[in-house]
Amino acid sequence: MDTRIKIAELITKVSGKKSPEDPDESLFESGLLDSFALPDLISALELAFKIKIPDSDLNPRKFDSITRIEAYLESKV
Amino acid sequence: MTAYLSRFGAYVPSRIVTNEEMSAIAGCEASWIRGVSGIEERRWAGEGESVADMAVEAARRCLGDMPASELGLILLASGSAERRFPGPAATLATRLDLDSTPAIDLPMASAGSLFGLDLARRLAPQYGKILVVAAEKMSSVVLREPVERSTAILFGDGAGACLVTADATDALAEVVDSAVSSDGAYAEDLRLGFGGTLEMNGRSVILQASRKIPRAIGELLEKNGRTAAEVAVFLMHQANQNLIVRVAQGLEVPPERFYSNIGRYGNTSSASMLIAAEEYFAATLASPGAPLVFAGFGAGFHWGALLAVGAG
Repeated sequence: MDTRIKIAELITKVSGKKSPEDPDESLFESGLLDSFALPDLISALELAFKIKIPDSDLNPRKFDSITRIEAYLESKV
Repeated sequence: MTAYLSRFGAYVPSRIVTNEEMSAIAGCEASWIRGVSGIEERRWAGEGESVADMAVEAARRCLGDMPASELGLILLASGSAERRFPGPAATLATRLDLDSTPAIDLPMASAGSLFGLDLARRLAPQYGKILVVAAEKMSSVVLREPVERSTAILFGDGAGACLVTADATDALAEVVDSAVSSDGAYAEDLRLGFGGTLEMNGRSVILQASRKIPRAIGELLEKNGRTAAEVAVFLMHQANQNLIVRVAQGLEVPPERFYSNIGRYGNTSSASMLIAAEEYFAATLASPGAPLVFAGFGAGFHWGALLAVGAG
């Protein structure tokens, strides 16, 4: 499955809201993710993409949009 | 090198500040405060009431009929002390009529009491009876202009204390192990400059805390051959009810296993864990051998956990 689609599905699953159509839209500013949903998204990404995200990578800005999440995941490959 | 948690004490100011009153100050809805934090009300100290004043009250209630002259060391944690130096530790010692007992400040904010307990349990064999106190006047911090809504709603004032001893007599719990950690890479994410306002990157704080706290607890339990399911009570820094629930989920235990009084006192920073412990032990006699876990996380970031078992 396309990485971007997979990320969008995880965002929908965690937030309970429709994922943004614009991949650059801020997940925080749009109200899709609050402070407590972000850890859930990180855990979901780890599970779905079979990676371990170290604490040192947990800068919220890296996970602020679909584009940024995709870039982060690509950097881990 | 066995150490014991002998007794606890706590003090909160009498003035109750409801979410309704807070909402007018912070410009938000009372129901929103409850939803994002679990807080219903908090206590604020009087204008002339200092960090040291609250520390003295908690210390006296903790010591009870034990003469303060028996103390070998005082450790006082506070992130909201009124001056750069001397800190409130020496003032506390003086107010307890001590004129030479070493009194050390831990200017650490929310993780201060956990670090204090960790230090005390290691130092008790050398110093004997150690009084760990944590006291905060966060109202003086969060009311600085401009008032920041997201932090102003969270904090309250209060103090807690714990007597740590190398002697098992009348102890409430025996310390089994503890572990503390620090990572200054996140220093900018939660900070308070002298005279400035509290600055918090809430997303980073929650993200790091929701991973580091369960991990610290889990590793400590595993090291000591215990599981989270066995723990009778988790006495964690009362930062936010939603964080407490998340940590419980991370450990796969019911949130009810975590003692919570944040609804009544808000986040009293370093004092919160000891106030929670005082309330818990006042109402509950820990079964001999029952595992008890203390945990803290705060600015720094500093975090850690302490494992104890009911004495007896």
